[in-house]
Amino acid sequence: MKIIVCIKQVPETGNVKIDPQTHTLIRSGVPSIINPLDTYAIEEALRWKEKLGASTLVLSMGPPQAEEALREAVSMGIDQALLLTDRRFAGADTYATAYTLSLAIRKLAPYDLIFCGKQAIDGDTAQVGPALAEHLGIPHIAYVKKIEDIDLQKATVRAHRLMEDGYEILDSRLPALLTVVKEINEPRFPSLKGKMRAKKLEIPIWGADDLGGEVANFGLSGSPTQVKGIFAPPARGKGEILTGEAPLIAQTLIERLKAQKII
Amino acid sequence: MDYFLTEEQIMIRDLARKIAQEKILPVRAELDEREEFPWPIIQCLAEADLFGVYLPEEYGGCGGGCFELCLAVEELSRVCGGVAVSYAASALGAFPILLFGNAQQKERYLPEIAQGKKLAAFALTEANAGSDAGGIQTTARLEGDEYVLNGTKQWITNGGEAHIYTVIAMTDRSKGSRGASAFIVEKGTPGFSFGKKEKKMGIRSSATRELVFTDCRIPKENLLAKEGMGFMVAMKTLDNSRPGIGAQAVGIAQGALDEALDYARERVQFGKPISSFQAIQHMMADMATQIEAARALTYAAARYIDSGAKDVSKVSAMAKVFASDVAMNVTTQAVQILGGYGYMREYPVEKMMRDAKITQIYEGTNQIQRNVIALSLIKERAQKR
Repeated sequence: MKIIVCIKQVPETGNVKIDPQTHTLIRSGVPSIINPLDTYAIEEALRWKEKLGASTLVLSMGPPQAEEALREAVSMGIDQALLLTDRRFAGADTYATAYTLSLAIRKLAPYDLIFCGKQAIDGDTAQVGPALAEHLGIPHIAYVKKIEDIDLQKATVRAHRLMEDGYEILDSRLPALLTVVKEINEPRFPSLKGKMRAKKLEIPIWGADDLGGEVANFGLSGSPTQVKGIFAPPARGKGEILTGEAPLIAQTLIERLKAQKII
Repeated sequence: MDYFLTEEQIMIRDLARKIAQEKILPVRAELDEREEFPWPIIQCLAEADLFGVYLPEEYGGCGGGCFELCLAVEELSRVCGGVAVSYAASALGAFPILLFGNAQQKERYLPEIAQGKKLAAFALTEANAGSDAGGIQTTARLEGDEYVLNGTKQWITNGGEAHIYTVIAMTDRSKGSRGASAFIVEKGTPGFSFGKKEKKMGIRSSATRELVFTDCRIPKENLLAKEGMGFMVAMKTLDNSRPGIGAQAVGIAQGALDEALDYARERVQFGKPISSFQAIQHMMADMATQIEAARALTYAAARYIDSGAKDVSKVSAMAKVFASDVAMNVTTQAVQILGGYGYMREYPVEKMMRDAKITQIYEGTNQIQRNVIALSLIKERAQKR
């Protein structure tokens, strides 16, 4: 079995600040990490590797420093890594990103499974995974919270897809792409031996010329979405907690809601 | 301070720090309160390969030594001395096998210890044999192909939780300390059971229990080194492990200083943060200076041991005695800086003070360490003449 995990390097957004003049993220001094949801995709790949045996590869499109994120994935136990980096990839929206990833994955075929995190914490679109599956012409299951079974003989996967009010159990043929939610597992820490291996591992770098495809479809020029502006939403005010006896609280609450014309 | 760590040493330190921050910090107070052995954390340290940092690669370790062990112990101790000692005590149990085991013994036991699949423990102390290890009453009698062990070991760290025990017992009581021998005993051996679990002042998440041997038969092959070398095995083991206690003490002290600094910057009295008062500033300056000196000495001792030097008893004892006295002093000062809050269990420094105390006691009291240092001094001087 061959599993490909797609990851993104993102700024650690615990406390991100936005430049009030340019409305862009202040990146300096903010460490970069693997998109947290992608670590669940890595963990799931590792669990199935341990269970059924598999070769695992982690793939990322990004600036040259995204190599750090790939090395971290390797230190957790992923076998191989591949970085897609090229100035022509810059400014890609979800469509161009998925297109670029799909060209690389076509070159990596055959494969059985692709894992992605549900979404990235910076863009929050949750589109790249499903769009990638469409570019590749393979089925996908998004928001997977549990993989019940992978049957390599029949080339099928059965997964639980998280819904707002429950979950669906879906069967899919392989190869398939699954995007995972954080309920699926608990990502492991990197191991010392993994870190030592990651330090030494050669990570190939592919650019636009290695992928082939239409140059106009890469990066900003290949992106149907154009960002008009970025702004920081006003900070939410603090909530108020009413205290006292329950009937009194209820009464106060109703009065306040009425005063604000909410009810 | 930059101690010029290698890339691998930085990896060990950072990984231990990450696990300490993310896995130990959120549960340390609860583990202490409930006196609960930290198995999930042990599991996590095992998966991260941290149990093998000081063991050779041929036995599944990472090829480091005493210094690498100290780096990991310090980081874990900075957050919780109790969890850290459960980790470090496995190394203490492994050292006799590493230092004195034959090829078969090393191959059989070290890989599982390196992977953290099994914990080890070291059993020397008895009710009547603490500082005076010559007073050991546990006996081992050779009968055919087996040794028969009888007696009770006391206050054994990782007792009950560990799988592999290195036990010092008398094979010939008439010879005193020269009649002691070292054995490997596995959990589950008939005649080997565990006594009561002790309730302690500090390091409460660690397990401290009696080991009870009642006609416990072990194969003759489980003898470490030779009959009569048990005391030497124990002393060399402790020479190697004492910088680890130094590292534990440095970690606990650093953790306490971190807390004191955070508190002093936030706590406002007389209209100012108390960190602006010279009385507090000088306390913190002394704490930091002592910690750095203790760290430097501990690292130097560990590196000296790893260099293959033979005369390590003195520096090893110096690191232990100095760092543990620093830990007791610094944690006491941290409680003082936090004042009434420091005395409350809601804040972590009172636990650090309780945890620090044991570092002055176990693996040889600080009084015994000073004896070791003084004897070395006198011997060295005499040899020069």
